Amino acid sequence: MTILVIAEHNNKTLAPASLNCISAALQLAQHVDCGIDILVAGNDCNDVVQSCSKINGIARVLSANCDSLKDHLAENMANQVVALATGYSHVLAPATTFGKNFMPRASALLDMAQISEIKAVVSSDTFIRPIYAGNALVKLQSSDDIKMITVRTTAFESAESGEGTATIEVIDAVTDSGLSTFVKQQISESERPELTSAKIILSGGRGLKDGKNFELLYAVADKLSAAVGASRAAVDAGYVPNEYQVGQTGKVVAPDLYIAVGISGAIQHLAGMKDSKVIVAINTDSEAPIFQVADYGLVADLFDVLPEMAKILD
Amino acid sequence: MKVLVGVKRVLDPQVKARVKADGSGMDLTNAKMSMNPFDENAVEEALRLKEAGLVDEIVSVSIGPEKAQESLRQSLAMGVDRSIHIITDDELEPLAIAKILKTQVEKESPGLVLVGKQAIDDDSNQTGQMLSALLGWSQSTFTSKLELDTDFATTTREIDGGLETITIKMPAVITVDLRLNEPRYATLPNVMKARKKPMEKIKLEDLALDISTRLTILETMESEARSAGVIVNDVAELVDKLKNEAGVI
Repeated sequence: MTILVIAEHNNKTLAPASLNCISAALQLAQHVDCGIDILVAGNDCNDVVQSCSKINGIARVLSANCDSLKDHLAENMANQVVALATGYSHVLAPATTFGKNFMPRASALLDMAQISEIKAVVSSDTFIRPIYAGNALVKLQSSDDIKMITVRTTAFESAESGEGTATIEVIDAVTDSGLSTFVKQQISESERPELTSAKIILSGGRGLKDGKNFELLYAVADKLSAAVGASRAAVDAGYVPNEYQVGQTGKVVAPDLYIAVGISGAIQHLAGMKDSKVIVAINTDSEAPIFQVADYGLVADLFDVLPEMAKILD
Repeated sequence: MKVLVGVKRVLDPQVKARVKADGSGMDLTNAKMSMNPFDENAVEEALRLKEAGLVDEIVSVSIGPEKAQESLRQSLAMGVDRSIHIITDDELEPLAIAKILKTQVEKESPGLVLVGKQAIDDDSNQTGQMLSALLGWSQSTFTSKLELDTDFATTTREIDGGLETITIKMPAVITVDLRLNEPRYATLPNVMKARKKPMEKIKLEDLALDISTRLTILETMESEARSAGVIVNDVAELVDKLKNEAGVI
């Protein structure tokens, strides 16, 4: 029995989410007493293959190189996973928009159920996952031959690298399904840390009133080397792009410090940040639900607070 | 072209979910239920395609107990032409739902299936992708923009890093995100009209499918609750506490 981890990458670098996913695989490997293989599916991604081979505790890195895999289109990725999956006891991918896209497709093709966003490994076949926007957790046991799993990345530490000595094997890549074509990606370039791996996050809500007021947030964020997020209300209002959204349907984050500014704290937003170590709420409305989950609350006008905070942190 | 839309009746998004005291599941007694918000976006998109003359019939499908009809009636009141209700009291996994939906796709032969990207109760985010796989169709997940052509569609997807545009061959299964559109409210006259629209009722057992349970829920637990901390007086005190008490900055 072996565990297969599907690596998330952009053909150049390995995504941090992959390391969290590998960490979950390492925990699982202790229960199952087995090895771990990593699949790197892409094109011209030798650097990614090399970094995977150095991760501690990995047996083999399987490299599937083909133009059809370059853009990680769901149909091709699923076919690649299916081509490999038989013979594995578990297949893991991060519960990011990368993994969520092709894992259910691969699972259905294999006639296996998928266990989404596990937060803990109980045994080789039993896992804990959140439901109802994280308000409840279920412990569930799978009877499938291949456990198809996506991993909530914030629930697992990053796997360590440097001492790994995995062998690298080139495997056959699947041919293009002909069902879909990649056109383009608009990825925002930012000097700030990435939301899902940042130690500190400042998030803005409808209270910011305008997209340009996020500048006040950026000023404080830069003093703290923090990432900037937003509530759904702020994204819907067009203040910031969709990739800022934290919540049940956006990104799930768990930084050391989460500062919610002008965010009321809807259930859906709390779902995305309530595993943060320390939560701060800044809001004029003392009745806002965000204060019920905040370790530190400040009832004040964010337009006074943010400039003052930037000054104090100077 | 015909469009099939999947809708699920779930706990209303504004209601706080409660776990049964004995850990045997969720306590939904007398709780307010609604159509899954993402499915409302799926219905809305189908209606807009019809209004644009690209679609001539919209059929909504729901799988669930007798009360699932409430969500189907809502879809009819929004403007869907007719509904199919697959009746079951069983808690079904996404793979089973996808297998059931496949039977209806084969029966109805739509050119497009629209579903929400996830249901807000089990948060699985699987059904659309699984249905697409079982049909051998193309898929677009997390869709926030859809342009339909005859043989293909161009979609914009909300991904972790930003946006991605792909073209997919029709027929396709498209799972939709919240920013695709703003779902309309059903007006009272349309609610009345919806009562007369056709609703086909099919017993799940009559479909004779293998939908055996793969995942056994051993326990349902409350997630660790946070409690309110302290209210600080000013920014200086906040920064001081973050530095010297919490040690996070």
